[in-house]
Amino acid sequence: MARAAVRGRLTWQIARVSSVTRETDSVCTIGLEVPDWAGHQAGEHLDVRLTAEDGYTAERSYSIATADGEPVAITVERLEDGEVSPYLTGELRAGDQLELRGPIGRWFVWDTSDGGPLLLIAGGSGVVPLRAILRHRQRSGSEVPVRLLYSSRTLADVIYHHELDQYRGAAEVSYTLTRSQPPGWTGYSGRVDAAMLSEIAWPASQHPLAFVCGPTRFVETVAEKLVALGYPASRVKTERFGGT
Amino acid sequence: MSSPVSRGFRHLHRSSVGQEGRVPPGQYVTEGFPVLSAGPTPHTPLQEWTFSIRRGGDTLRSWTWEEFQALSAETVTADIHCVTRWSKLDTGWRGVSVDTLLDQVPHDAAYVLAFCDGGYTSNLPVKDVTGGQAWVAFGYDGQPLQAEHGGPARLLVPHLYFWKSAKWVRGLELRDRDEPGFWESYGYHIYGDPWREQRYAGD
Repeated sequence: MARAAVRGRLTWQIARVSSVTRETDSVCTIGLEVPDWAGHQAGEHLDVRLTAEDGYTAERSYSIATADGEPVAITVERLEDGEVSPYLTGELRAGDQLELRGPIGRWFVWDTSDGGPLLLIAGGSGVVPLRAILRHRQRSGSEVPVRLLYSSRTLADVIYHHELDQYRGAAEVSYTLTRSQPPGWTGYSGRVDAAMLSEIAWPASQHPLAFVCGPTRFVETVAEKLVALGYPASRVKTERFGGT
Repeated sequence: MSSPVSRGFRHLHRSSVGQEGRVPPGQYVTEGFPVLSAGPTPHTPLQEWTFSIRRGGDTLRSWTWEEFQALSAETVTADIHCVTRWSKLDTGWRGVSVDTLLDQVPHDAAYVLAFCDGGYTSNLPVKDVTGGQAWVAFGYDGQPLQAEHGGPARLLVPHLYFWKSAKWVRGLELRDRDEPGFWESYGYHIYGDPWREQRYAGD
């Protein structure tokens, strides 16, 4: 793509934290004012670099949570044994400075010209780049049909719950809760399995485009089942995080 | 530009004894074995598997799985470094040295493009896959290499970022010119030296 080809070298720049919004007990969205942002495609990520007083630095990659044209934001889940995520979700305040560079990715991305129908399947914080895709679709007025299946442990772990519910009508949003379900829960229960996917996935005959993001085991299982449903491997884009 | 100090940010993941000098800049050591893949994991039956060396559309040499297993294999212990910032130390592999393969094909190419099931490719200089620096690995930790980690066989080039160790590898194409493979054409570095932090194009 020409747009990708003209990108220059990725340089570090200093962004200002404009907001820190708690999404769940362990997840925050960090709004960023980035003075020199060249734009991004929905689904890409950026790198954050933290510097300690003794000069030690640590870098991590985070999916961009917003659509191109919106203020840049990342959504970060606190990992208990992490070094960077506890800082970003616990210490960082609006007004702080943060070093970053990006966007990075270009593969796990969707634009209106890529068409659909779109099948988005998220496990946990894997919903972040898919939310950027939903927002981009909404902002660009695309009428590409889209279905989202989002797996969380409990209702309290659902990120962007209110926002995702608002897409209903324009998008088909389904949830599954793997660990516990509140009384009267009408969504799915348990891990994403073949039966759930055969209900939600567009038939392969419609040439759907699937994006799957989540922990390795989740992505491995879902991608394999989509291939079993007849999806060509080239139409199933994956992004994984975490150890096996 | 001087980096802003992040108030209250502290160094938690200190190197343990024996790790000094083994972890490239910007990396942290993990005990797990994370996975980075662009799509579903391919599952090629061993009876259909071949490893080929090609040049300009011609197949110069090809081995079936059985023939490949008959080649002399080596046990390799290496530290591996993923561009997503995890490093894993002392990983144990079994595989055939790329020297053993290329020695059977006289050539003067300067580059190879590893090609793989699923359509992945990765480009490497010949000087980086010869001289005892690269293997086609089919065993990990004493077991057959699992599909999600690139089995039945993957390239192993531990001195470069691990995406260069192409999973599900099916052969090498000899080339005169260096041209980007899959991740390299999506913005990752053309060479990928972890000690120089060559993560993205232009680094």
